[in-house]
Amino acid sequence: MPKKGNDLRGVFINGLLTENPTFRLVLGTCPTLAVTTSAINGLGMGLAATFVLIGSNAVISLLRNFIPNKVRIPAFVVVICTFVTMIQMLMQAFVPPLYDALGIFIPLIVVNCIILARAEAFASKNNVVRSAMDGVSMGLGFTLALILISSIRELLGNGTVFGINLLGASFEPMLLMVLAPGGFIVFGLLLGIINAIGEKRKAGKEDKEVAAA
Amino acid sequence: MNLRMSTGPHLLDKDTTQSLMLDVLIALIPATALGVYFFGVSAALVLLVCIVTAVLSELIWQVLMKKPVRITDFSAVVTGLILGLNLPANAPLWMAALGSAIAILLVKQLFGGIGHNFLNPAIFARAVLLASWPVHMTSYVLPQRLLLGSAAPSGVDVVASATPLLSTSQWSTMDLFIGNIPGTIGEVSKAAILVGFAYLLLRGTITWHVPTFFVGTVALLTWVLGGNPLTAVLTGGVLFGAVFMATDYVTNPMLRVGQCIFGVMCGVIVVVIRMYGGYPEGVTFAILFMNCITPLIDRYSKRKVYGEVKQHA
Repeated sequence: MPKKGNDLRGVFINGLLTENPTFRLVLGTCPTLAVTTSAINGLGMGLAATFVLIGSNAVISLLRNFIPNKVRIPAFVVVICTFVTMIQMLMQAFVPPLYDALGIFIPLIVVNCIILARAEAFASKNNVVRSAMDGVSMGLGFTLALILISSIRELLGNGTVFGINLLGASFEPMLLMVLAPGGFIVFGLLLGIINAIGEKRKAGKEDKEVAAA
Repeated sequence: MNLRMSTGPHLLDKDTTQSLMLDVLIALIPATALGVYFFGVSAALVLLVCIVTAVLSELIWQVLMKKPVRITDFSAVVTGLILGLNLPANAPLWMAALGSAIAILLVKQLFGGIGHNFLNPAIFARAVLLASWPVHMTSYVLPQRLLLGSAAPSGVDVVASATPLLSTSQWSTMDLFIGNIPGTIGEVSKAAILVGFAYLLLRGTITWHVPTFFVGTVALLTWVLGGNPLTAVLTGGVLFGAVFMATDYVTNPMLRVGQCIFGVMCGVIVVVIRMYGGYPEGVTFAILFMNCITPLIDRYSKRKVYGEVKQHA
């Protein structure tokens, strides 16, 4: 059994890199493709999902011994709904422009695969501290992925990142990038690049092991 | 006795990728020549930039990925030229270059190179450019050498104009046929496209099925819906698309019956987009959409294998 600090760090790194929900688990692709038209939307969506993930993971972990196995999915969804309703009302009250920009995708966090998957695969089997940590790391992993995709799309499709003009006035924005096909193209290319890097590192590790043996 | 052992196929054809691509290039010469004649040096520049970028992209990718360099099969030249012929003559050169790079890198090489692309690279690149820079892609210039009547306003270098699809009555049928109309470099001259089509048929490079069913459906459906079938075929990119882009081997159904379905459905989509859609022309999207469902057509037009019995449950 590893030391407690190390263990939590492992959980943290896991969600951020090893099992990044967007690029490694390929979960929650619907909001990923839909809201990443600008970096601020990506950031907002990521943080909203992070809030829900931390809350639902912690509560489901606390309740894990009381929820009968047969009705666990409806029970998870009720918990998740509670947090989604909270974040929806909070965003409507404090960041109305972002609320309008994300639209239907805020209530749809309820059915975001990442959240249900972490409840099922992690929170229902681990203690509350580890579950909350898993929520933090998965949420941040999701947020970082969304920021990466949306920055590229905003830069090419609008010449800006977070609304700051980077490419100058003479740049003619590539409209396709902020339309749906641009989302698929950027997401696909990033997935491909990350898979290629992952495979290269894996091959390198195996070579080292072979050399050591 | 000298017996040679080898695996099939044993009947070898003299056709190679290179010879097929050369045939396509030869078939494109009339359309290219007339396009350059009508639109002048700027058209030639656009075509040149497209071809050079396509070949360079392929070369750089194959060298970087340590793959055999196959630019001598001319497939990149064909892709570049077809994309160039799909652009207006006054298209900015950076856009032409970017389109070529997208066609070769994104559609062709990322999916595994020649023969593995599920979309026609040139038509996908055109769609990307059309969605990204609609103004550059749809501001056509009038042909600079007006052959038949309708004198050009003097003292003006370039006159931007809408596609004849939007103002058909302005042009005579002869102008539409010869290509004396605004449009993309390659699509304007129907006469030149038909010469190229005849050459491809004579050489057996393509069969008549896809182009005939495609154009036939467009004419028939336009007539049924109350339009003029002749102008429907002679305006826009229907003929060019049907002859040079819908007939791409890789993104086409394999069997004749599948190719007929492919052609008919392309025609239906073109007419629907023209009559009811937001774009004046639908050839690009029709061909792209049909490229996507080509595997499905292949699957359902498969012949029954002789001697096979349906399994009894």
